[in-house]
Amino acid sequence: MQTFDLAAEGLRKLNATLHAQTASTNQTSWEIVNPKGSHAIAVGLDAPMEVNVKGSTGYYCAGMNKQATVHVHGSAGPGVAENMMSGTVIIDGDASQYAGATGHGGTLIIKGNASSRCGISMKGIDIIVHGNIGHMSAFMAQSGNLVVCGDAGDALGDSLYEARLFVRGNVKSLGADCIEKEMRPEHIELLTELLARGGCDAKPEEFKRYGSARQLYNFKPDNAY
Amino acid sequence: MARPGSCIISNLTTLTESAQMKDINKSAPRTMPIQSATFSQSINAEIRRAAATGIYDIRGGGAKRKVPHFDDLLFLGASISRYPLEGYRERCDTSVTLGTRYAQNPITLDIPITIAGMSFGALSGPAKEALGRGATAAGTSTTTGDGGMTPEERGHSKKLVYQYLPSRYGMNPDDLRRADAIEVVVGQGAKPGGGGMLLGQKISDRVAEMRNLPKGIDQRSACRHPDWTGPDDLEIKILELREITSWKVPIYIKVGGARPYFDTTLAVKAGADVVVLDGMQGGTAATQDVFIEHVGQPILACIREAVRALQDMGMHREVQLIVSGGIRTGADVAKCMALGADAVAIGTAALIALGDNDPRWEDEYQMLGTTAGAYDDWHEGRDPAGITTQDPDLMARFDPIEGGRRLNNYLKVMTLEAQTIARACGKSHLHNLEPEDLCAVTLEAAAMAKVPLAGTDWWPGKKGDSF
Repeated sequence: MQTFDLAAEGLRKLNATLHAQTASTNQTSWEIVNPKGSHAIAVGLDAPMEVNVKGSTGYYCAGMNKQATVHVHGSAGPGVAENMMSGTVIIDGDASQYAGATGHGGTLIIKGNASSRCGISMKGIDIIVHGNIGHMSAFMAQSGNLVVCGDAGDALGDSLYEARLFVRGNVKSLGADCIEKEMRPEHIELLTELLARGGCDAKPEEFKRYGSARQLYNFKPDNAY
Repeated sequence: MARPGSCIISNLTTLTESAQMKDINKSAPRTMPIQSATFSQSINAEIRRAAATGIYDIRGGGAKRKVPHFDDLLFLGASISRYPLEGYRERCDTSVTLGTRYAQNPITLDIPITIAGMSFGALSGPAKEALGRGATAAGTSTTTGDGGMTPEERGHSKKLVYQYLPSRYGMNPDDLRRADAIEVVVGQGAKPGGGGMLLGQKISDRVAEMRNLPKGIDQRSACRHPDWTGPDDLEIKILELREITSWKVPIYIKVGGARPYFDTTLAVKAGADVVVLDGMQGGTAATQDVFIEHVGQPILACIREAVRALQDMGMHREVQLIVSGGIRTGADVAKCMALGADAVAIGTAALIALGDNDPRWEDEYQMLGTTAGAYDDWHEGRDPAGITTQDPDLMARFDPIEGGRRLNNYLKVMTLEAQTIARACGKSHLHNLEPEDLCAVTLEAAAMAKVPLAGTDWWPGKKGDSF
């Protein structure tokens, strides 16, 4: 275990140190202490290592992550795991706006609640939220899976493409072109795996599935709301 | 009471007079048919088209309306009070270095004319390759666009700027690190405040794969970024991008010509190395015609305001300014330099150099209901020149090597023209051109460029003067 004191050594040194780790690194386990809500912690990682952040983070923690597992032992500010490509990001507390925005792959697990625009424009990432999510989540979500064990706010899945949304609680309202869809056996199977990966003990049968009605896929003047 | 017979005679007389009057009217001066300036033929045609279809017009390109432009400015040249440089032999440098504020590796270009961002998807792969070939041969940079970075573009572009757009189509950290600079696109001149749309006709398997979307569906590009909303957020976003790229490459911020003073100020505050300012004549792959023609300002009106913002912060020349939107000639380049820009970007002009809207394809333009020079339905993917298309047969018409050669030639000519003017003004570098070298031939241009109306020492809004 390598320990890095962010308050003492600074952000640039932290990210440079983590970027220097390659696929064959022996230093596979890192602990970052004194994060104190700093922005851009552990961004752009590209090695199979585990990074434990001992506290809460500011904007864009684990942005564009590849391969690494980043575990925030606190809450995360806006844009956590934005544009993640692969790997895993775990937030013990809550996540602010845009969690997992435009993520292309990997898994984002939020054990608390997520704020608005969770999974906005997601492109393949899997996001599992133990609590609730805010309004405009999964806006223009292209692909991947968003699992919400609690409730979803207004306009869920507005202008959705091919991402799959699973919500156990209430959905305050659905966005344009987002509809409830049948939970078929393959979806139960998929959700079972996602819940296990996210460490949730919820039952897949308690969820509803939402997806695109695909009515906005080709331009018509009436598409302009 | 009149007798019946007299009434008949009277009627005959009236008929005769009427015939005579008709003859007279034929030769009499009469009112010409007057077309309304308000309801012009093109406006009426658009009303009829809208009434028939219920669909607003989407097209590519920039504003086609006539606006005050660089043609409304003139260089004064040297005279007794100014000493010219010899036209061919004395040195007149053209290089520019971009990204000197924070980046470890600023970009140095041989010429101050860059290629603006145009996406793979909107353009074919060979067209992107040609842009890279031509720009590299001329010693300048090219720019990706919405849709990500293609290997042929990276491979043929010695200096490649990677656009960071709201859609984040194809965005990944590997390409980010392969780029020579990053351009955070906040807006563009054709549609400040607007997003984009790539229609399904142009979504080939390859385009779809790069954008993580099914083939054949229309792809929207959002009008604002998904993970930041204001200038304070943008500052943090730039911090993240710098950390991911280890502070090596310059970060540009591109804005449309909306509020150039404030947008430039905020871009600098957010940490930009370079501000890219795009006027309303700047092109787009596709958006609503009403947006292109009615939102944003002409580039002429933007440059001095952006320079003023930089000067007010003490950042002029420390944060470089690239301007674009309707730049066509070396004279335009020189005028931008004189107004305070560090470099320019061309898009539409580069496409024309490649062969877009070439009269050789006139028969096919006619079949598409248009004519060479007016073709702007780039989003439909049926470009006869094979540039703005993903159709394999049309793409095969375009030779990227020949396209690159033509673009290089064009960039060389523009540079030589700009040097010719600079030497005539006594300047040993294009950047030494200054507003004092210019006058304006219209009041509007004088006001926008803040240079004197020709024959006067005055421009509207000049400090200390009033109407």
